[in-house]
This record gives sequence, structure tokens and C-alpha cells, in this order.
Amino acid sequence: MSIELRNVSKKFGGVTAVNNVNFSVKEGELVALLGPSGGGKTTVLRMISGLEMPSEGDIFIRGERVNDISVQKRNIGFVFQSYALFKNMTVFKNIAFGLKIKKWAKNDIHDRVHELLHLLGLEGLDKRYPHQLSGGQRQRVAIARALASKPSVLLLDEPFGAVDAKIRQELRDWLVTLHNDLNVTTLFVTHDQEEAMEVSNRIVIFSRGNLEQIGSPREVYEEPNNEFVARFVGVLNVLELTVQGGLARFGELEFPALDRPDGSKMRIGFRPFAVQISSDTSAYRCRAVLRHTFFLGVMLRLELELPSGLVIRSRMTKEEYSALVLKDGQEVSFIIKRYRILRGEGEPLSPEIHSGDTAFSTHGAGI
Amino acid sequence: MAEKKFNVLPGFGLTLGYTLFYLSVVVLIPIAGLFLRVFEISWADFWRLATTPRALAAYKLTFGASFIAACINAVFGAILAWVLVRYHFPMKRFMDALIDFPFALPTAVAGLTLSNLFAANGWLGQYLAPLGIKAAFSPLGVVIALTFVGMPFVVRTLQPVLENLEREIEEAAATLGASRFRTFCSIIAPTLLPTLITGFALAFARAIGEYGSVIFIAGNIPNQSEIAPLLIIIRLEEYDYSGAMALAVVLLVISFVLLITINLLERWASRYQH
Amino acid sequence: MAGNVKSSARTSRDANAKSQRGTEESPFIKWLLVSIAMIFTIVFLLLPLVNVFAQAFSKGWSGYLTALSDPDTMSAIKLTLLVAAISVPLNVVFGLAAAWCIAKFNFRGKPLLITLIDLPFSVSPVVAGLMFVVMFGLQGYFGPWLDSRDIKIIFAVPGIVLATVFITFPFVARELIPVMQATGSDQEEAALSLGASGWKTFWYVTLPSVKWGLLYGVILCNARAMGEFGAVSIVSGHITGQTDTMPLRVEKLYQEYNATAAFAVASLLALLALFTLGIKTFLEWKQERDFERAQHALPEPDPIAPSSNP
Repeated sequence: MSIELRNVSKKFGGVTAVNNVNFSVKEGELVALLGPSGGGKTTVLRMISGLEMPSEGDIFIRGERVNDISVQKRNIGFVFQSYALFKNMTVFKNIAFGLKIKKWAKNDIHDRVHELLHLLGLEGLDKRYPHQLSGGQRQRVAIARALASKPSVLLLDEPFGAVDAKIRQELRDWLVTLHNDLNVTTLFVTHDQEEAMEVSNRIVIFSRGNLEQIGSPREVYEEPNNEFVARFVGVLNVLELTVQGGLARFGELEFPALDRPDGSKMRIGFRPFAVQISSDTSAYRCRAVLRHTFFLGVMLRLELELPSGLVIRSRMTKEEYSALVLKDGQEVSFIIKRYRILRGEGEPLSPEIHSGDTAFSTHGAGI
Repeated sequence: MAEKKFNVLPGFGLTLGYTLFYLSVVVLIPIAGLFLRVFEISWADFWRLATTPRALAAYKLTFGASFIAACINAVFGAILAWVLVRYHFPMKRFMDALIDFPFALPTAVAGLTLSNLFAANGWLGQYLAPLGIKAAFSPLGVVIALTFVGMPFVVRTLQPVLENLEREIEEAAATLGASRFRTFCSIIAPTLLPTLITGFALAFARAIGEYGSVIFIAGNIPNQSEIAPLLIIIRLEEYDYSGAMALAVVLLVISFVLLITINLLERWASRYQH
Repeated sequence: MAGNVKSSARTSRDANAKSQRGTEESPFIKWLLVSIAMIFTIVFLLLPLVNVFAQAFSKGWSGYLTALSDPDTMSAIKLTLLVAAISVPLNVVFGLAAAWCIAKFNFRGKPLLITLIDLPFSVSPVVAGLMFVVMFGLQGYFGPWLDSRDIKIIFAVPGIVLATVFITFPFVARELIPVMQATGSDQEEAALSLGASGWKTFWYVTLPSVKWGLLYGVILCNARAMGEFGAVSIVSGHITGQTDTMPLRVEKLYQEYNATAAFAVASLLALLALFTLGIKTFLEWKQERDFERAQHALPEPDPIAPSSNP
């Protein structure tokens, strides 16, 4: 294990920022700490680095307990959200700083800095000052500085937060390539689920100081532990149903309610992809009006207005869309193919329930 | 994020400890020492020493001249700040830099050159003397010196506030049909007033303690043109320590009251921000 | 007073550009206000300055040089330099320590500490001088003890230094605190994460990033230290050739009706003031430029990120 947290908590005054967190990261992994702002993910990163001390619990780096080891001695590379480049030093001196502190020989420093400049595509910029660089270049200098003395782990706090949206994509791809080349254990903090899904091998999801789920991007998307994760990773449509006669209903929609009492409420959630649409209004039992179609490149997002006025979102590929011949304002019929029963924010979800191909067979849906 | 209990940066104990030690040695202990000595004097004696006729005349001059000087500074300081922020004219940069001149010029030099300028045969005094105005070596001289030393305060307090005044607000007033004069009276002036009063108070506080520039130009005649700080020195030279300390404590207490007032004024002035 | 004038030039240009839109005063009012400001500046600021040099050179270069080469004047110049050379570094060390703990840490009573640091500004210089007489004078707390060991503080150089240190106490700290607060702690934390010790972090990262603010504080502190009159006047004892600083020498020459010599010494102090203003203007210009630089990163080059295949 490269990094391991055991029962780690952090309190600021009376406020619990991180609550009894356990997880571990394997050597060479690229892991995202994902969550809304204020969720405690940056605090976790700072505790791993030694910039913050845990109130309780232990932190291990490469099997060694590091609670009592100062930030200077932990041999980590930390990339700040603001990059925190030394404004009074050139790019070369910024990258060389840690090596000088560790008393590397002058020639070795020179070679290592130039190796990093080459690796990060910063050749020719070594004599510039931070204010003479673009945002993307500043970020790469910060990463080079953190990598210079070959840290055992690389920690990045919102690495793409301060760069323009249009170059963020390119930098993401580049970080993945860099990680593949160097194979250094990397943890980065982000609040952008798309970024986490795209870049990382595994995602650790935080909310209000609690660790909600760890898993591969596919796992957290397809098998969310609870409603928070399901809502935070990807889009989730939520319906509140009323149970009557063993069926939970919402307008024309009906779902098996098992043995819930009449009049009780039941909430279900489903992904946009689980909504199957037909332009033939009699193909499925439920009807809706197609309000808006959004073209997102190869994908399309459709907003359906149910008779009750509620709007649900659907997604499909361009091919599926062309086959359907749809236009905005048209009446369609639809079915929800897969859904889960929600039991409140922190509670576990039901397993995914598959409806049949038509609404008429929902009664027989397997659980 | 909430208050940081742990801070990875080192040196907190060392720097705070040194700060408190040095502050105590240089500032707090000497001030406390003065007060403790004054407490050894009985209240009746203190009152008698602090309110001799000569002392009362000195307070009157000090506070009166400081008040007039601060008023002059409020008026001209406001005009200067307005002109420097809003208009473009030749030599503006130079004028702006020159505003800080009274801060930088040693007070003795200020007093020397002002007394020379306003003396009956000086560059400016020669025009005032025929009018029967005795500018130097008179209470008027005290006002002149105090106006000089207090000048930067009003300008430098008003300037940033004027700069941050949103032009859109004035433009909004104009689109609603307000005349320029109306806009100034009902929108600009009320916004600037607390800051102007703060600047006034700063200039006033500075003037009360001022010594160097005044003694050159005042003439220093007892009961007429003798300021309170000068009387402290005279008492000290007469080896009347109690008299000197009583006057000093009066000035000190007034300074502290003004300091608190200015702090409150600054809070009041920033009440429209955020 | 730092940075207050930062954007005056820019703003006024904006104001000019908008003047056609009908939110400006009439040209007459504008002209009147500028004229009043000009006259006030000339009478109260420019003339006093010009007068110092006019009077100092009223007897020509030779008279000027003769006045300055007087041995008592020379000794006053030396004493002033000595006092500044001791008191400014003392307040620099204090200013750095105070700014570090106030800007980088949170603790209870911080606003009170900041107010106390500003306290000397609101104490009359004469009262400040008197406080040190009460402490160390013959009638004072430590007077008899010092006298019995033949240590002179009042009416000697140590007293002058103490009074000067008190008067110039807040200058460096006041300039440094906002600068250190503005730079935050990120750069320091980065240095620590790269293995630097506290001292190295301070020396290589903090100090360079506040150097202009520090220089500004030092310049202001020095100007006041060399020019202080009231406080020094009380504790010096006015011993010609021994405890007279330059401002005290100006007063003494003036009282001796040697106006030209008084103005000659005064002209040196006025030069110091002009030098201080010059540095101040330069630093503000620089601060404005750095601020604008920091606002804008350069545009992204093409290609943005390298394909990191070595």
C-alpha cells in the first residue's frame, strides 16, 4: 500500500471536517478525491501531506506511520490549487528549490531540472518568472517542482481549478499520460465528477466529512452506495410515488411496491439512459411531451414533461435519435427500464430493478 | 473554513513572544510608568496642576487651533482629493506625490520654513502684514503650522473611498433625472461624510500632539501663543515633574479617547461596504 | 498611506472618458476646483519646500558649505545617522516578528495587539519623551540605580535612541502586516512540503516576497527617526556637539539668529524628505505594475500541453 488512512478524523474547533475515514491507495494508482466543496477532501489531502494534523487516527505512507513525521520529511509532492509558485524565483529555481534543500550536487540539480523541463514540455522557459507564464505553464511548473525530488506520492489540490475551461480537457489528458509515464502514486482533489471519472483509476467520494464510496469510475456510476453518490456522480431523475394496492404510482407510471402500506410514499431514482422513448404514443403506456432537445455532440439530452408537469431527463445517441424521428413539442411514450429505490441521502440504495420491455409487465418485474 | 487549530508554519511562539516582549518594553511599560507616577499625586493636587490658568490657556489654544486647522484641512483636503481622483490636469502626478510631503518633512524644518515664509518680511508674510494680519509669532501661526502637518490625513483617507465610488451610481442618478448638484448632495456627499469625519479626526489628533513645527512659528508667549506640549517642556525645565506629568496625562487620555473614536468612525465609515 | 494612490491615474482617465456622458461638473466648477487645489498646494506645500533651499543658499554655495562644515553641525549629523542606524534595525526585527505572527496565525486578541502596535502614533512626541524621563531620569524609577552605576540614559545617546524607537515603533510592522496577509501562506507551505526548514522558508520565500513592503517601511521609519524633534528634544539635554541631533541643531541655530545655517541643516533634512517621497512614489508605481501583472496570466501557447512521450 502506498497510502493508507485508518480511522482518520479532523476537527476544527467544534466542527468535524473529516469523520472517521478509512481508505488505501495502491502503489502507482491515480486516485481522485471527489466531493462538493466543504466536503473534507482537501483536508484529507493536507493531512496526508502533513500540512494538517489528524485529530484522530493514523496515516501510513508506504507502510510507515507518518503522523509524527513533519511535512518536510514525508517526501511528498504537493501541488497547490493556486500553484504557490515562488514569485521571486525563476522557473529553474522554483523546480530546483527542493533539491537544493536536500543538498543535491549542483550538476545533479541541473540535470534533474532539465529532465523535468523536457518531460513537462517547459523547455526554454527556465529563465522566466512565474508572472511571465500562462496558466497551464504555471501548473506544469508547480507539478515539476513537486516531482523534482522523486516523491513517494504526488498530491494535487484542484489541479484544474485555476485554468481556462477550454484547456482543461487537454491538461486532463496530459496528466493521465504523465502518470502512465512516471507511474507515481497520485491523489488529486476535484469537485468535478466528470474530471474524476475521466482521469482516475479509482474515485473516493466525500460528503460533509464522510467517505461515501470508493470504487472505479464505473463502479461508482453503476453501483452507487447511496443516494448522495447516485446524485453526485452523473444525472439522476427522482420520482416520489404514492403506494396504492401494492403498486407505487406516479401518474401513469406504476412500480411494484412489495408490501408497503397504502398511502405511504416511495422514492425511486433512474439514470437518463434508463428512459426509453418511442415516437409512437401507443408503444409504451406512459406519455409525455418532448420539451427540449439538447445536442451535446454525439450524445443528445432530451427533456420530457410528464402530464403532472414534472420534467425528467433522458439521453440517447445520435443514431438512436435519428431512428426515432422526434421533434420538440411532440407527444411521445416512454418506459423506465432500470431504477433503484431510494431510502434517503446516506442510506444504501436497493439493487437495480429491471422493468420489462413494456409498462404492462411492470407487475412481474424481478427484484 | 473554520479557525485553524494546527498551523504547519513554524515560529508562532517565538514571534508572538518577541512581539509582546518588545511591545511591553518600548511602549506599554513606559506608558504604565507615567500613569503610576501620576497616581502617586493626590487627586486634588492633580486637578490643581492640570487646571492652572496657564494650562487652561494652553489647552484652549491647542484644541482651538487644532480644531480650526482640522476644519481647514477637511475643506481643502476634500477638494484636493476630489480633484486628484476625478480630474486630469497638468502636474497632477507631482501634486499627488507632494501631498505626502508633510508626512516626510521633519517637523522642525516645517516650523522653520513656515515661520520664515509668514514672518512680516517673508515671501507670504509681506503681503499679509500691510493688511494688519500677523501670521507668524501669533495664534494664527499655530493654525498655519497645524494645517500643514495635518494636511495629508484628509486627502489620503478620502482618496481610496472616492476611487471606489461606483460611477454607475452617479450615472443611475443622472438617468433618473437628478442634476449634478442634486447627485452630489444626495448621493456622493452622504457616502463620503463618514470618511471625511474620520480624516478630520485623524488630522485633529495629530495636531493636538504636535510640537516641533509649532514652536518655531507660535511666538510661545505664555497665556497667548503657548501650546500644551510646550508647557510640559517648560514645567520639566522648571523641575516641576508633577506639573509636567499632570499635563502629559491629560493629553495622553485625550489621545486615547480620540484613538477609540477614530476606530469607531472607521467602522462606521465602512458600514456600506459589503 | 501605502497604496492609497494606487489607481488614481487610471480612474481619472476613466473619469475623463465618461465626461461626455453628462455625469461631470460644468467646466467652470472643474476649473475653479482645480485652481483652488493648485493654489493651496503651492502656498502650503511647494513654497515651504522651495523656501528651505532659497534661504539655505541665500549666502551662496560657500556660505552653505561653511554652515555645514561647522564641527557642532557635523557632530549633529553623525549623531542623527547613529541614532537611525540603531533604532531602524531594532524596529525592522520587531516588524518582521509582529507581521509573521499576525499575518500567518490566528489567535485571540489579535485586533487588540494591532491597536497596541499603532499606539505610539497617537501619543504626542513630547509626552513620549517625558515617559522616558519618568523611567530613567534622576527623579525616575531607575534613575538613582543608574546614577549610582554611572550609566547615563537621559541626556545621553541611549535616551535619544529609546525615544526614537518609541516614535518610529509602528512603521515597519504596519507596512508589513497587510503585505504578508495578502501573500497568504501557500508559498510557505509549498516550501515546507519541499523539505525546507522554517528559517529557510522565511529567508528564501517570505522575505523576498515582502521585500518591497519592507523597504517601504524602512524608508518611512528612517525618515521619521532622522527627523524626530519633540521626543528627542526632551531626553537629549541639548548638549552642543554631544547630544544635538540635526533637528535640534536646526532649532539651536535658529535661536542663535543664524538663519542661513539653520536652513542649511534643514535643507539636508528636506532632501531626505524628497528622497523618501521619491522612493515612495517609485514603490507605489511598482506595486501597481506588479498587481496588474499578477492579474493576467499570459495567453496559452499552442500546443497547450506537450505530448509527454519522452
